[in-house]
Amino acid sequence: MNIPDDLKYASSHEWIRVEGDTGTIGITDHAQEELTDIVYVEAPKVGAVFEAGDVCAVVESVKAASDIYSPVSGEVIEANEALASNPSLVNTSPYDEGWLFKIRLTDPSQLEALKTSSDYQAQIG
Amino acid sequence: MNSSPRRTILYDIQKAAGARCVDFGGWEMPVQFSSILEEHQAVRTACGVFDISHMGEIFISGPKALDWLQGLLTNDLAKCAIGSSQYTFLLNEQGGVIDDLIVYRRGEDDILLLVNAGKIAEDVVWLEAHIEAGITLDNQSDAMGALAIQGPESPKIFQGIFGREMPARSTFVALPQDGEEIIAAGTGYTGEVGFELFLPNELVPKLWERILALGVKPCGLGARDTLRLEMCYPLNGSDLSPQRTPLEAGLGAFVALDKPSFIGRDVLVAQKSSGLPVRLVALRMTEKSPPPRAHYPVLFGGSPLGETTSGVLSPSLGVGIALAYLPHDLAKLGQQVEISIRGRTFPAVVDKKPFYRPA
Repeated sequence: MNIPDDLKYASSHEWIRVEGDTGTIGITDHAQEELTDIVYVEAPKVGAVFEAGDVCAVVESVKAASDIYSPVSGEVIEANEALASNPSLVNTSPYDEGWLFKIRLTDPSQLEALKTSSDYQAQIG
Repeated sequence: MNSSPRRTILYDIQKAAGARCVDFGGWEMPVQFSSILEEHQAVRTACGVFDISHMGEIFISGPKALDWLQGLLTNDLAKCAIGSSQYTFLLNEQGGVIDDLIVYRRGEDDILLLVNAGKIAEDVVWLEAHIEAGITLDNQSDAMGALAIQGPESPKIFQGIFGREMPARSTFVALPQDGEEIIAAGTGYTGEVGFELFLPNELVPKLWERILALGVKPCGLGARDTLRLEMCYPLNGSDLSPQRTPLEAGLGAFVALDKPSFIGRDVLVAQKSSGLPVRLVALRMTEKSPPPRAHYPVLFGGSPLGETTSGVLSPSLGVGIALAYLPHDLAKLGQQVEISIRGRTFPAVVDKKPFYRPA
């Protein structure tokens, strides 16, 4: 199971990579493996504003639609356009090409409440 | 009744092989092994095997057993020759579907009913409530397992296991195996050529391993659902219900209204003459949309008409497909409607059944 050290994790299986005041958000390798066969991603609209914990996207496998929660508060500044034609990037490259959206953080202190890779590893066992 | 889910004899073997299980009809069954899409594709292009041991086997025998069943089932059993099978319905007094099933005619008055897992108990209660002197009902569902081998390579697999030709569609043979009997039938729920085996539980694991050793892909109920929906085969409890008649479900081909009587017939005859209020139609999404799923609202001109009963992104076609009961006036080919998905509407069109035609 791939759980990169340089990311922070939500217990609802999203990851965030922070550069300056921008966070890139996706779902973990564990999450994509549990969902399998992702066939549709409903990414948030650019300009949408979320509070930490809000439903911000939907990832759909063949069998089910799963809500994705924003790990932090902020405004969406970019969505991963590549997922519209190739949603399986979330399966094949969950931490890289399969990112979901980028957000401008309004409260970087929220990052402290998120899990480290080892905390997340412990959660999923 | 025990409320914890039941397991087939293959449960441990399947879990060890990576099966992810879900509750289905009171049974803990594999929904997938590797990937629903891969399993779907294996059945469409090569061969897959499904454990369908959860399904029920009820043997009906005795003098006049056939006549008795004629009064309970919609299709005309007289047209089902010995050694053949027939799809049919068990209806309630209102003409609604209790169960959809396949009858296998083993002899003049010797008939196997293959019924849905979640309906075994209800079917048995219904049948016993209507039983007549001389009729024997033998529910072997607990003692028997079943496997479905489906896909274009099925005939080769059958030959490899049994050293003889696979039974033709809608026919079956009884084969001796280890002092027991295997019923091998040319039936299935995927639209592909294939066969189903009904056999004593204790014979199932060895046969399962043998089939896998021939390169057949183990498949779960997830792929079974995508495959059957591409063919517009109904799933009881989703597309069929006690409140809907088989005519409303568009399955009148399996209802012999020319039989003198069967439970529910009067309602169907009346419905046929007065016109069907609703019909189950095939809907295809016409623009890029999230996958349709069961219980999504269907709208016309912004007004709700009903809801989808099944839906999925078709793995073979790459478009969203669904089934829904629509008012009769709108249940016509080419009719445009909308499906509401998370509050947004997406266009769909009433399409021909089935969505997919196997090569």
